[in-house]
Amino acid sequence: MDILRISDLRIGFTIHGLAREVVKGVSLRVPAGKTVALVGESGSGKSVISQAIMGLLPRAGGITGGAIRFRDPLAPQEVIDIAALEPEGREIRELRGGRIGMIFQEPMSSLSPVHTIGNQIEEALQLHRPTPKAEARGLIEAMLKRVGFKDPPRAYDTYSFELSGGLRQRAMLAMALICQPALLIADEPTTALDVTIQAQVLDLMRDLQAEMGMAILLITHDLGVVANMADEVVVIYHGEIMESGPVEDIFRHPRHPYLKALLKASPHFDMQEGERLVALREARPRQKAAARVARPRAAKADAAPLLSVRDLRKTYTTGARSFFGKGSLTTITAVDGVSFDIARGECLGLVGESGCGKTTVSKIIMRAVTPNAGTVTFDDGQQRCDILALKGEELRRFRQKVQMIFQDPVSSLSPRMTVMNILREPLVIHERGDGDEQFARVRSLMEDVGLDPRFLSRYPHSFSGGQRQRIGIARALALDPELIICDEPVSALDVSVQAQILNLLKDLQAERGLTFLFISHNLAVVNYMADRIAVMANGRIVEIAPRHALFTTPVHPYTKALLRSVPFADLDRKLDFKLVAPGGASDMSHWAPAFRPEPDGAGLAPLALGEGHYVLARPSADIREVA
Amino acid sequence: MLLRYILKRILLMIPTLFVTSVLIFTVINLPEGDYFETLAAEMQAQGEKADLSRIEFLKKEYGFDKPLPERYLHWVVGLLQGDMGYSFEYQRPVREVVGDRLLLTMMVSFVTIIFTWIVAFPIGIYSATHQYSWGDYGLTFLGLIGLAVPHFLMALVFMYFANVWFGTSIGGLVDPQYLNQPMSWAKLRSVLEHLWIPVIIIGAGGTAGMIRSVRANLLDELQKQYFVTARAKGLPPGRALRKYPLRMSLNFFVSDIGDILPSIVSGAEIVAIVLSLQTTGPLLIRALQSQDMYLAGSFLMFLSTLTVVGVLISDIALAILDPRIRLQGEATK
Repeated sequence: MDILRISDLRIGFTIHGLAREVVKGVSLRVPAGKTVALVGESGSGKSVISQAIMGLLPRAGGITGGAIRFRDPLAPQEVIDIAALEPEGREIRELRGGRIGMIFQEPMSSLSPVHTIGNQIEEALQLHRPTPKAEARGLIEAMLKRVGFKDPPRAYDTYSFELSGGLRQRAMLAMALICQPALLIADEPTTALDVTIQAQVLDLMRDLQAEMGMAILLITHDLGVVANMADEVVVIYHGEIMESGPVEDIFRHPRHPYLKALLKASPHFDMQEGERLVALREARPRQKAAARVARPRAAKADAAPLLSVRDLRKTYTTGARSFFGKGSLTTITAVDGVSFDIARGECLGLVGESGCGKTTVSKIIMRAVTPNAGTVTFDDGQQRCDILALKGEELRRFRQKVQMIFQDPVSSLSPRMTVMNILREPLVIHERGDGDEQFARVRSLMEDVGLDPRFLSRYPHSFSGGQRQRIGIARALALDPELIICDEPVSALDVSVQAQILNLLKDLQAERGLTFLFISHNLAVVNYMADRIAVMANGRIVEIAPRHALFTTPVHPYTKALLRSVPFADLDRKLDFKLVAPGGASDMSHWAPAFRPEPDGAGLAPLALGEGHYVLARPSADIREVA
Repeated sequence: MLLRYILKRILLMIPTLFVTSVLIFTVINLPEGDYFETLAAEMQAQGEKADLSRIEFLKKEYGFDKPLPERYLHWVVGLLQGDMGYSFEYQRPVREVVGDRLLLTMMVSFVTIIFTWIVAFPIGIYSATHQYSWGDYGLTFLGLIGLAVPHFLMALVFMYFANVWFGTSIGGLVDPQYLNQPMSWAKLRSVLEHLWIPVIIIGAGGTAGMIRSVRANLLDELQKQYFVTARAKGLPPGRALRKYPLRMSLNFFVSDIGDILPSIVSGAEIVAIVLSLQTTGPLLIRALQSQDMYLAGSFLMFLSTLTVVGVLISDIALAILDPRIRLQGEATK
């Protein structure tokens, strides 16, 4: 039996008097108790469909045709056409939250920060199943326990901002499921979470589904999640269904070129050395290999590293500080004894979950944050300098040598500056050439990143996410830096655009002999980009190794947990959800004793495993024991 | 936690008020001369003979021959003891001069504020929930008129029409026969009869401003994901609106309370002059013109204290209203 049947659904938006159809005759079904994945890139109309099912379309949008038929398993003889219901009427409101639950991508903003978790869950319960107060509290605490809160009575009275992202999403699940809906719509439920947390939340969703027998409509762009969760798959592109069917058919015999291209564009761990992602659209025509003037890569082992970081340490003090000096001050060590080298022309990947300190390290290198201890030495072959000791004019001159590419292509470009001004600004600040030379330089930068120089007078809002990120790259290249720090440069982008940006970065590196520090939480992306990879947890580098060694023979339990948690877009390698560490991978108490500080306080030290592979362990630990 | 927060805020008020008092004192003493010289000049201009020896005597009496810091100290110490000084112009202690008018001022201002809220909130909510509708445009237009037309001009127009249509004589807040009478039911009725005109005039600008802020703040909150979550739970739109976005948009409103307290007391000066209201506004302006320094200085100081107290009240209210402020404390490096 199908709980939901959508037939020939058409949704139009009217913006500034212009009508535009964003969903063009979509038909799909959700069988009872099964998971259907709706896959597509941003702007494909997948979220709009979910809004239409909930009757929550934005005011500018409206259903212009078709039907959304919902058949409640509790009353199977009755079929409700949601598309025909009054938008804010009583019938649709009874379905919402009562029979159809929904969770969203951003667990932070989906919960009200000024109401307790319990209050918000109870509201959903009381709306659909009026329950006496004390009984309601019992039901909610049972639900909170079921979704993984350790202390439900306390969790009931917490506010969303006191919880981690994973716990917030669990609270959302509790709220969506408290009335035992027949259908759960999950709109990118794990996109904002770390991989290990993602695995936990997905696991929880599967367990709850088995328990309650509900159907799930899973909206996502991550084919790895689809392969691990879905029974049926629907692929949508520009408001039209490209392909749909059981997950086996879709993954084993993709027929539609769009789906094939999507599968080829996502980086995975089995890529051959030198294999290139196939972007749906390359940023620019590939130049012939002969045309490249690659700078000789300084692969000599004795050459001094371009950047050498030693024993960085940075602590933050938080908590209420009382007027009289006392108070509940807590010191958080964001970065704790981090050391690494980056050779010239190399790409070092820095991997870790949110809050592990990887961004703080990049900020220290940029001199945006001052560490408590440690040194950062920069050696570009002509001069050696201690970055942290630079002052005034020296610091200003040094800043040209290290540039940054940011995660969010929207907020990292000023909306009030034209592309010309954005790209020219670094040249003006550092007084590179006169006006004409700067204009010429900006034009060639645009060509370098595959954008038409005629777009220079436009503002950032007229570009797509991928194009904006290319502008960000061009800006980082403007001063011919030695080192570029890429902080999650593709995590806000769609898979197809991601491949384009990654390829562009690779090409630019080869052409200009650039050195990258590539920060990401996405192991597949780091695997594609980096020569060596450092894994960070709790402010320390727990393992550092050449790319190949790290992926084939990981040693540290944290690295292993991370690798285990990555969902593959491959049906033969499904995640083993039960292996995921319960408290998250960075919870030290689940690590083997050899990787924890000794009880007497003796510290951990990097242990050499050969061929540049180091792991953080007790000095007394035996290599054979850990490896 | 909350208690310590309040204590800290109260302690922080001390340096603020100190700096304010120095500023007020300095600014008032900036112009050449003092009250007595202004007085002598005025008398001479009017052809009267000023009794120079008497002025010299008064100057000595009030310590005007002493250096500025000493006079400042004298003033501040007096303030701390609740002595606001002596008004030269009215020949009475400042406290009495201001006190007479304070009640009426507070009444006008208080009613004005209530009027502003009652009108602005529903309109703001309507405008936000019906953005870009004809209703939104129409109300926005009306609000902008209220914001753009100078108060004194509106006061003159109102005075004319109130007289022509209702026969109310607008001069002042009460009918002339009650002017120096003690408060009675009849007087109160007369006050209420007169009150609505200044309330509308003074309130018009504030209402328009508040409509705009309610609308803008609510529009921001309506975009937020948690509002969609609330509706996805099946909450009727009205209840969802009240519980979530409206509650959040109250933050700006509560932080606004800090500004309201002093304006309750100061009264709208220019409108008050045009309508010849017996409020404190005209008093302050006159005192500043004639360099009646204790009256002006002490009254300004009184207003500043109210501002600081108002900010304190709104901070405390915010902490109670918003758990993020209450629980997160502050992060320091």
